[in-house]
Amino acid sequence: MKKSNLFSVLSVLFVLALMISACAPAAPATEAPVAEAPAAEAPAAEAPAAEEPVAPAEPFKVAVIMPSATTDMAFSQSMYSALVAVQTEMGGESAMVIQYSENMFKVPDAAAAIRDYASQGFDLVIAHGSQYGSSVEEIAKDFPETAFAWGTDVNTFGLPNVYAYTAAAQEGGYVNGVMAAMLTQGKQIGVTGPVEVGDAKTYIDGFVQGVASVDPAISVNKTWTGSFSDVALMTEAAKTHIAAGADVLTGSSQSVAGSIGAAKENGAVLWFGTQSDQAPLAESLVVASQVYDWTAMIKQIIANKAEGKLGGETFTLQLSNDGLKIAFNAGYALPAEVKAAADAAIEGIKSGSIVVEP
Amino acid sequence: MEEIFSQAVLIGIITSAIRLATPYIFASIGEAFSQSSGVVNLGVDGIMLVGAFVAYYITLTTGNLWLAVLGAVIIGLLMGLLMSFISVTMRAEQGISGIGLYMFGLGLSSLLFKVLVGSVQTIEGFHEMDIPGLSTIPVIGEIFFRNSLPVYVAFLLIPVAWWFLEKTTWGLMIRAVGQNPAAADSLGVNVNRVRYFSVCFGAIMASLAGASLSTALVNLFQENLTAGLGFIAVALVYFGGWKPVGILIGALLFSTVNAFQLWMQVLGVNIPSDVAVMLPYLLTIVALVAVTSRIRPPAALNKPFDRGEN
Repeated sequence: MKKSNLFSVLSVLFVLALMISACAPAAPATEAPVAEAPAAEAPAAEAPAAEEPVAPAEPFKVAVIMPSATTDMAFSQSMYSALVAVQTEMGGESAMVIQYSENMFKVPDAAAAIRDYASQGFDLVIAHGSQYGSSVEEIAKDFPETAFAWGTDVNTFGLPNVYAYTAAAQEGGYVNGVMAAMLTQGKQIGVTGPVEVGDAKTYIDGFVQGVASVDPAISVNKTWTGSFSDVALMTEAAKTHIAAGADVLTGSSQSVAGSIGAAKENGAVLWFGTQSDQAPLAESLVVASQVYDWTAMIKQIIANKAEGKLGGETFTLQLSNDGLKIAFNAGYALPAEVKAAADAAIEGIKSGSIVVEP
Repeated sequence: MEEIFSQAVLIGIITSAIRLATPYIFASIGEAFSQSSGVVNLGVDGIMLVGAFVAYYITLTTGNLWLAVLGAVIIGLLMGLLMSFISVTMRAEQGISGIGLYMFGLGLSSLLFKVLVGSVQTIEGFHEMDIPGLSTIPVIGEIFFRNSLPVYVAFLLIPVAWWFLEKTTWGLMIRAVGQNPAAADSLGVNVNRVRYFSVCFGAIMASLAGASLSTALVNLFQENLTAGLGFIAVALVYFGGWKPVGILIGALLFSTVNAFQLWMQVLGVNIPSDVAVMLPYLLTIVALVAVTSRIRPPAALNKPFDRGEN
């Protein structure tokens, strides 16, 4: 009897431990596979209509549901910063109201939040995580007057009030890869990632292609920790790469700060970031970051709303539409020829002369 | 394939394992004290989070690591007093109150982080220190004597905890209270006081486990930094049969397999990453099943003590 008690306690413990550590907080950047052909329809950054959305008498109300914190230096922060930037440009809270729910890693909770915001009369509800897709599909049908946006994915479910958005993360990955290949001394590069899906994967696929375009002999070793939140393991993964001889590291994850910390301890290592500008985490180590800029997309959605359009479109962040940018860290002395090669890669991708497979 | 068993890789695996094991050792040894006295504290993870945040925040603002450790000890003591009050004095169901404490710690640390810090920032934590003389020994020195202070302390804690639990009167009292509180009580042992002591000591250790994570291993804090590590630590107590040496073996086994899978991935051994990531958990479950059939938990574990009933 005693023993069976012990085992029931144990099994509960283990299930708890496994659940918490494995599917842990933030199944965030779990983006579904990005479209094979990036750029279904790009956010028309250059479209004049999008530039100056007319401030309506009633403030435009946006709600966003995010899988991690607005301060994660990665996926969620990229969206939150963009919303704040658009708000500032439109004239502050009188023109645009932002409400957010962060750390919504439990999909049922997120679904409840999406429904709440929609029924409170928000103009736009952004479900910032590919795991929210089925919730959006179900809820959007009940609120035909509300615009929904979700990503990263390309599927609008054929609904007229759903936008989908994604990022061609492989493009910036390629550019970072070109620079990394030119900067590595030991011809060995380490990649730390959470789970092999979505833009975490496409970023790294692009990165590998960028490295190979400079020198196919350089080895790029990858580790996946299986968790979006296990910083300790992510840090140890970075230390393992360094111990194995890597002198340039990159990665895509909410837990990326841990890897940067590991790189920081060992001054000889360089870091390339993605999703958000990670230079503030380690001024002397971060060479460049691919930055997601959702502002043009948000402005386009607001402009569409004024014309009565609520969805049915897919946005893809790309270098060519300024949805993706490479933020060079001013604190790092990048050799001129490396900068030139990076610029050439950016131009090549924009013009289409370089094609990066996602 | 032979590359995996080269000396450099083996050294790498063991050094990684020792680092990874550190927070587990702190937390599990503390929990072993608590459970030996009859109190299951499932709030370890929450206490770790609060301890991790406090140590991180003090380091961030003052740069003084000793103050950070002191802060972690104090907050651990407070959390321990809270857990003791609920489960010993109020005699609440231990599992439930522990889960409550976990959620409280998770929420509190996230809230404080958001209000006081805001965004992810790294700190200067404990540096690795070479032990003079010993660190130059080939292989052994590289593995054991080039770590940061918390790692040394964690490993020193094992013999100290063994000595305390097995060889001192206080240790005997803790175990007596965990086996048969009524008998201990009749012999004049203050059951509640012993349980308060054990739970508070466990909580202080859990808090230090969190601090070792935030100030030595990853040098930063973010929401839910521990990611369930505290629950694994509780499981390791069962695995180790409430004995410090058993806990050490369990912690090392778990972290060695984790380090091993990281190295396999770095070396490009062709197995799916999902399988690699599962390995430590799978192996621990298998080992646990094999081991638990032979160990006996403290008889009064999870049972509140009520003097009036006896």
